[in-house]
Amino acid sequence: MATDIIIHDKKDNVGVVVIEKIIPKQDCSCWIMEDDSSAKIQSLDEIPLGHKIAMTDLKEGDTILKYGHDIGKVVKSIKKGQHVHVHNVKTKKW
Amino acid sequence: MEIPKSFLGYKRENGRAGTRNHVIILPVDDISNACAEAVANNIKGTIALPHSYGRLQFGADLELHFRTMIGTGSNPNVAAVIVIGIEPKWTKKIVDGIAKTGKPVEGFHIERTGDIGTVMKASKKAQEFVMWASEKQREECPMSDLWISVKCGESDTTSGLAANPTVGNLMDKLEPMGVHLCFGETSELTGAEKVCATRGATKEASDKFMKTWSAYNDFILKEATDDLSESQPTAGNIAGGLTTIEEKAFGNFQKIGNCKFVDVLEPAEEPTKGKGLYFMDTSSAAAECVTLQAAAGFNIHLFPTGQGNIVGNPIEPVIKLTANPLTVKGMGEHIDCDVSKILSREMNMSQAGDELIKTTMRVANGRLTCAEALGHKEFVMTKLYRSA
Repeated sequence: MATDIIIHDKKDNVGVVVIEKIIPKQDCSCWIMEDDSSAKIQSLDEIPLGHKIAMTDLKEGDTILKYGHDIGKVVKSIKKGQHVHVHNVKTKKW
Repeated sequence: MEIPKSFLGYKRENGRAGTRNHVIILPVDDISNACAEAVANNIKGTIALPHSYGRLQFGADLELHFRTMIGTGSNPNVAAVIVIGIEPKWTKKIVDGIAKTGKPVEGFHIERTGDIGTVMKASKKAQEFVMWASEKQREECPMSDLWISVKCGESDTTSGLAANPTVGNLMDKLEPMGVHLCFGETSELTGAEKVCATRGATKEASDKFMKTWSAYNDFILKEATDDLSESQPTAGNIAGGLTTIEEKAFGNFQKIGNCKFVDVLEPAEEPTKGKGLYFMDTSSAAAECVTLQAAAGFNIHLFPTGQGNIVGNPIEPVIKLTANPLTVKGMGEHIDCDVSKILSREMNMSQAGDELIKTTMRVANGRLTCAEALGHKEFVMTKLYRSA
């Protein structure tokens, strides 16, 4: 089955959409690169190619993990399956 | 795939080898651009490298100017050089620096002669140089004569997922062949700086990296008016799905594969510790970074992009690769190597690395890059601070 979402590392709480877009309520197949395993998730939002989806519920102040590393903090709570981007995540650097 | 052992390059007087055979007309300063461009227009097969600086600079900024000028002329992709400046002193300094390579170089200054007389004298010499260079033949050169620089641009999440790891895969395969490798982009390692520091081959290299990154970060904290959200990530990065500088940095960092860096270079500084990977303190703006790497002697460049950066360089061929299928579809004329099949899992990382090695070899042997065919010759000097 085709891969809709790629996740870098097992620890990551976000995945990247790798098809042109996913639509709300779409059942998506995920591939985890680190250990070549698979997962499933149902989307809540329309998410374009290259953008991220939350693999778990996240609350304000939580850390986003990608590549197994800290890439920023949640500034507005996010539900599993929602679009993760600049509207709900911010850098910890500035 | 068996890794090639050699490529066809131009052997230079100092033992280096070039992937190109340019005769360049190098202005020392901004006001000599017109003269340099007139000479390049007169003499076919030469290229002028106009730029914006070279007057009233001082201290480390002036040293960087000279290093970039001398390094550009000394690059093995350059067969011969005409240097044109407004006055004789700085012109001679650059000529003398380039002459150490043993290649033909001659300087001209405009004061007391004017543009027209200078163009005439310099054109005569440029004609001699280009006709001499046109007889140079490509010869078999060992892979270790390749000096490969890398820089990514208009990145998106597909860069970190696929295009940058493809470059990393190439580095892992070519590093044992004795090539020189260089990555830079101090600012765009922010967020991944501690992980990057662990990749120093020695404690000295790691410490030097952290010192370089911290100096950049201190500068940002001093100069930033609010935060850098308008600049990092860029609007193009955000459109492509990158949310924070940290995410961009970890994607960027994929380009070095599993290699460790042997030293940290000043901008445009030539590596002197032998083969292997080097980190150079550079701007993350594409043309500035590639210009500095070319000035350090790198002779072929790999440029992974997500949303489609189109940069080129006048002397160092810039090979573009992307994993973003929309970029391949919409602006394919800029893409030398398409690795978008990684995302659909029809290609694995090792296959992508092999494809990139094949493209790199073809370009090293003479195939024009997309950027060369489209006329991209961005030559952008880095300026450290205001002039005196």
